[in-house]
Amino acid sequence: MTNSFDAIVVGAGVVGASCAHYLVEAGLSVAVVDRGSVAAGTTGAGEGNILVSDKEPGPELDLALLSQRLWTELIDVIGPAIELEPKGGLAVGYEQHTFDHLRAFATEQAACGVVATPVTGADLLELEPNLNPEVAGGVFYPQDMQTQPMLAAAHLIARGVRMGRITLHTNANVVAIPRDARGAVTGVETTTQTLQAPLVVNAAGTWGGEIAALAGVNVPILPRRGFILVTEPLPVIVNRKVYSAEYVANVASDDAALQTAAVVEGTHSGTILIGASRERVGFDRTLDWTVVQRLAQQALQLFPRLAQASLLRTYGGFRPYCPDHLPVIGPDARVPGLMHACGHEGAGVGLSAATGFLIAQAAIGVSPLLSLAPFAAERFDAHHVAVVHA
Amino acid sequence: MPIMWRSFMPNLPVNSVHIRIDGNDVAVRPGISVAAALLTEGYRSWRTTRGQQQPRGIFCGIGACFDCLVILNGQPNVRACMTTVEPGDEIATQEGTGHV
Repeated sequence: MTNSFDAIVVGAGVVGASCAHYLVEAGLSVAVVDRGSVAAGTTGAGEGNILVSDKEPGPELDLALLSQRLWTELIDVIGPAIELEPKGGLAVGYEQHTFDHLRAFATEQAACGVVATPVTGADLLELEPNLNPEVAGGVFYPQDMQTQPMLAAAHLIARGVRMGRITLHTNANVVAIPRDARGAVTGVETTTQTLQAPLVVNAAGTWGGEIAALAGVNVPILPRRGFILVTEPLPVIVNRKVYSAEYVANVASDDAALQTAAVVEGTHSGTILIGASRERVGFDRTLDWTVVQRLAQQALQLFPRLAQASLLRTYGGFRPYCPDHLPVIGPDARVPGLMHACGHEGAGVGLSAATGFLIAQAAIGVSPLLSLAPFAAERFDAHHVAVVHA
Repeated sequence: MPIMWRSFMPNLPVNSVHIRIDGNDVAVRPGISVAAALLTEGYRSWRTTRGQQQPRGIFCGIGACFDCLVILNGQPNVRACMTTVEPGDEIATQEGTGHV
């Protein structure tokens, strides 16, 4: 087996899988390297959100809108196995003033290409018959989707493997990123072998900072812990991805303390997933019952019928965030041949398609569909001067 | 219960816990699991799957696989292997999610 590739992707989560997929589509041979197995990190600890609804106007929303389009194309390429459901999202406000705020937010989003429809009263209950009737109103976002993220990552990689264009190395911990005399990367060294490529894509998610450090650069990515509750399989009582208005505020928050806001959705298998908590506690995986209770209470407030449901289990993981809550995507100007595709916080599944697409464009020297300037890794350097591309 | 076995295990509890399985009165030994009670009564499966209505019974026996789900006292999706029988328990076989 050859150890030489056009590109090496570090990380077999959904972002790494998408990068590998689009690099293959661009004609490159790719090695995907992960210290664990496919989707063993943050991808396996998420809900599979593909959302435009929770993004405020700006570079992340542009990325989300591109990604949403790409996901609808990906379903034709990978097939129904990834359980992609274009079910739409419904953000609701209990009080009139939170609903008013949601509507104003939706108007701003609509100017950027988001489809958003305010709904109240009978229309709201037609969308979600089991929703708490005391909710003041909601905004329906038909572009929001859901996928099973582990299946998505696995099938994206498997397709490339079947084509003979992706080589998958699992249980391979990257311990060094060698560079040549001019400072360009030459590949990666794992605990067992040396793989060569003129391009290394850092898709290590929450651990992206460690991979960047191996290449000698700073990419400040930190973990934000999130738990999700799983109910027993139930008949369909939640049609859309339904969340309370507070979720949007929590996503953008800089508060280190625990934040919870109900995000409720059904899955293909009948279980209902209840998120979403966010707290900054480092890499501590200990289950916190306060989080479980709060999430359950907030879900019950949205869907009183869930009172009859039992929980099967909880799961959780670490959302990789940067200080400005934007991901790091694109070539690293400090190290030739190094690209980053990490730091997507809780939106990595949704943003993965556009991330992989833009990485592939950069890899073959095509002008990117979206400017990568807001996502540049160097933006965190003290002396960095932002370059605005026309 | 075979006589030989009982003669070698004089302290084996008698079938003193009265429960109902799908409406039939049965008596089982105290302290056994709902799954054990069902197996003792000759059941090999007591639930059908949600998608294909395939039969399911005990599989892992240690609470991990969620295959042995049963309706216990009106509550669906109870793990039969992890639940001890109590006097008066109403056990019912489950179809699909068990919820209406």
